Amino acid sequence: MDTALLFDNAVVLLPEIVLAVGVMVLMMVDVGRRGQNGSQLLAGLSVVILLLGIGASVMIWGRAPVEYLDGAVSDGFALSVRLVILIAGVLGVLLSRNHFPAIERQGGAFYSLHLLAIIGMMLMGTATNLIVLFIALEIFSLALYILSGFYRENPRSIEAAMKYFLLGAFASTFFVYGCALLYGAGGSSKYTQIHETLATGGGNPSLVLPGIALLLVGFGFKVSLVPFHMWTPDVYQGAPTPVTAFMSVGTKAAAFAGFFRLMITALPSYHDQWAMPLAILAVLTMTVGNLTALRQSSVKRMLAYSGIAHAGNILIALVAGTAAASSAAAFYLFAYAFMNIGAFTVTIALDRQFGNENDVEQSRLAGAAERFPALAAAMAIFMLSLSGIPPLAGFFGKFLVFKAAVEAGWAWLVVIGVLNSAISAYYYLRIVVAMYFQQPEEIGDEKEPLFVPASRPSVFVVVVSVLAVVVIGLQPGLWTDLLRGLGQ
Amino acid sequence: MLSILTFLPVVGAIAVLLAPGDSLKKGLALGATIATFVVSLLLLPGWQEIPDMQFVERYAWMPDLNIYYHLGVDGISLWLVLLTTLLMPIAVAFSNQHVKQNLGGYLALMLLLETAVLGVFLALDLVLFYVFWEFSLIPMAFLIGKWGSQNRIYAAVKFFLYTLAGSALMLVAILALYFNTGTFDLLELQEAGLPPGLQQLAFLAFALAFAIKVPLFPFHTWLPDAHVEAPTAGSVILAGVLLKLGTYGFLRFALPLFPVAVADYASLISFLAIIGILYGALVALAQRDLKSLVAYSSVAHMGFVVLGIFALNEQGISGAVLQMVNHGLSTGALFLMVGMLYERRHTRLLKDYGGLWASVPIFSFFFLVVAMSSAGLPGLNGFIGEFTILLGTYKSSPLFAVLGTAGVILAAWYLLHAFRQVAQGELTNPANFKGKLPDLNWAEIGQLLPIVLLFFAIGLAPNFFLDKINPSVAALEVVQTPVVGDEWLVDSSYQPPLNSGNSSLTTIR
Repeated sequence: MDTALLFDNAVVLLPEIVLAVGVMVLMMVDVGRRGQNGSQLLAGLSVVILLLGIGASVMIWGRAPVEYLDGAVSDGFALSVRLVILIAGVLGVLLSRNHFPAIERQGGAFYSLHLLAIIGMMLMGTATNLIVLFIALEIFSLALYILSGFYRENPRSIEAAMKYFLLGAFASTFFVYGCALLYGAGGSSKYTQIHETLATGGGNPSLVLPGIALLLVGFGFKVSLVPFHMWTPDVYQGAPTPVTAFMSVGTKAAAFAGFFRLMITALPSYHDQWAMPLAILAVLTMTVGNLTALRQSSVKRMLAYSGIAHAGNILIALVAGTAAASSAAAFYLFAYAFMNIGAFTVTIALDRQFGNENDVEQSRLAGAAERFPALAAAMAIFMLSLSGIPPLAGFFGKFLVFKAAVEAGWAWLVVIGVLNSAISAYYYLRIVVAMYFQQPEEIGDEKEPLFVPASRPSVFVVVVSVLAVVVIGLQPGLWTDLLRGLGQ
Repeated sequence: MLSILTFLPVVGAIAVLLAPGDSLKKGLALGATIATFVVSLLLLPGWQEIPDMQFVERYAWMPDLNIYYHLGVDGISLWLVLLTTLLMPIAVAFSNQHVKQNLGGYLALMLLLETAVLGVFLALDLVLFYVFWEFSLIPMAFLIGKWGSQNRIYAAVKFFLYTLAGSALMLVAILALYFNTGTFDLLELQEAGLPPGLQQLAFLAFALAFAIKVPLFPFHTWLPDAHVEAPTAGSVILAGVLLKLGTYGFLRFALPLFPVAVADYASLISFLAIIGILYGALVALAQRDLKSLVAYSSVAHMGFVVLGIFALNEQGISGAVLQMVNHGLSTGALFLMVGMLYERRHTRLLKDYGGLWASVPIFSFFFLVVAMSSAGLPGLNGFIGEFTILLGTYKSSPLFAVLGTAGVILAAWYLLHAFRQVAQGELTNPANFKGKLPDLNWAEIGQLLPIVLLFFAIGLAPNFFLDKINPSVAALEVVQTPVVGDEWLVDSSYQPPLNSGNSSLTTIR
């Protein structure tokens, strides 16, 4: 291969390149300071690298989309998803700082895996080639398997990592098999090529639907669609909460980005065939996610099932399959990043108060508003936003997705979607009710004087998330302008 | 102007939260609500008696999605806006006296509620309307859940979920309207004209949301819980203003946008309204708790408003608009008085009272006036509203008018029953004796007086109010094209005989 080709258009991957160089620097620094305890420096360095990554994304924002080596493209959609993932990454790193001893001892490993996961996730959004897509998926999945087991003192964390790894590896085999079938069907691993071959009646159409079905299993696992969602609550609950916060958003953004691009650019001619099965999956995912969330007593498990339900909502956009729907999904993920990470951050802060159990029981939230007014107010805002109450960010995410779906003729699916939203309001509201309306079971001798009982980075994350949720909600127009869909 | 009006309370809410000390918070909240009231009064001098929207403001909000920040006020919304801004300072003044726990949060929520409600009354873009509509739930649910009585959590959750679920489908309908017309703007949608099939579905979705809010029988079950558990000022606002959001929604959105569907469903909804009137009245009659009596009377009274709207003629609808204001004033005052009594005696059971006229004459006098206003005594406001509604109903369906009149009689019955149980009879309970039970103080009289003066103002000079309402009502499409079958009803020169003997009312038209 001509080496000039290698550098041509490499700017497309500038954010990924910045992060990759950053990971190497990070590891060198870690080697250099071997034996020392504490990982403040590494956390700071990771944040700087991620901010540089955001800077790089901003730099290439608005360029005409060009393809790099037939494998990756940097269009508005890829950039939007990148932004979501990078934001989730920064917030995740901030939360991890000082979170538990293993991070202190092995900061180098933790933060470089964190960054690697981000690289893989960002690549998912840019991939225009089945091979790149699969590699991206594996990069971030492997990193996440390790990260979710990082809390080694906690057996649940190890169990979570094991479960995630075994089931994830299984899902990946489905995924790669699906890729192989699509390659067989279209005669190429390149999306546009597959589309061209199939649309002109060439290739081997009989392999397309089996290929889609197998890919669906792989994607469905990553974004936790019902019935491939079984791992989600266990892993979300067992993994260190900062990792859960990051991956709940990052994985969803990455996998949906890859899913959207594949289905909409490689297989649009089969939209009629794949839309209905996906619609049924969306109904199942929303309904099962919401109904199960109603029965959870742990905050983290509740958020896990709520995440499943949200995946169902985003899937509605894919069913619609239009450009507007993909930008709606980008907006949804953008809003979801702040409200969901915000909710996990409050959980972390409260967990520190209640005895570091890596989870919080809902019953312990009773009367929390009296003890921690600022945290409770933030949590209430996140819960209301997650349930889609205007004028908060979550409402407009749902609004845009539903609007795109109605425009594509999926009104019945939207009806099920809004009814599910109404169900979901119940379990989000329950948290608010516990914090504000209920009295604590045992009243301590004295009121704790702590206004905000959280570490400084988590305070920062909560403040940023609250501001984002409110500002996005009040001025959604700014962000719909910024976040682009496929082909926009 | 309208933006200032809408968002002034938010500024007040932020100020209240930041202010140190309870007395400063009280002053700020009262100041903010009074300032809002003054701003709303400024609408009157420049008012034109025309059907169009006035004081219109329109800015791009989400330009690429065709969503605008679009506010305007017309004859239908004018008095509801003023009702809101008037009741708020009264409710705040009452709360300043009696709420002890977490006063800052309470007042801030009241102010946020005011913004949400004003936003609903003024919004002319469906998305903007939906945002305010949904947002109004949050402060109200918090007010009930945090400051209510024993069953407050159940009541708050029920209120929140019931109304939230009700409006979920409305969002789909809004999106479907956009899909068909490409706009969320109410005025543009009105001109676009919608296909009848879509009208049917969209109307049902909108009507469900509004019917729950009103509440129309059989969607009323959240109301007694919410009312009885809510703190007094919460009940005042809930009954006085929030219930009007439902009937206002019918008038502002359902009637202009879905005239075909409205005509199809008018008799069904009128029938439900009649059931609500009779059922609410009968249940009110059976209550032993004064506050639930007033709560059920709301079901009955709001039934009248719905009946008037779905008479689909000018009298009915104008009367309904006026009756919304009347109900807001009289039921608001009733809840306020129940609250005053409760703060003194900490009981709301009718059997604990009796003979109060002897010990607290000022209270009893005000209670009598308020009850009479609610019962529709001629000369007071309630009469004008109910009479005009029944007039309109008679024109479209004499049977419903007769049944509605039965409701008026029942209303007089349960209200007099309540008054007799509280104020008349023998003063038996020692806790109620003169000296033990203080009469109204000046602050409380100050809270009640503006409302009572308005009773008389509306009752004696209804045309000042109706003249501002009528042009907008007359411009409604459903009014201009009567849908009733019988020819004599279509003949607009026909005056029902009911009207002839009463000179003071012929000017109502």
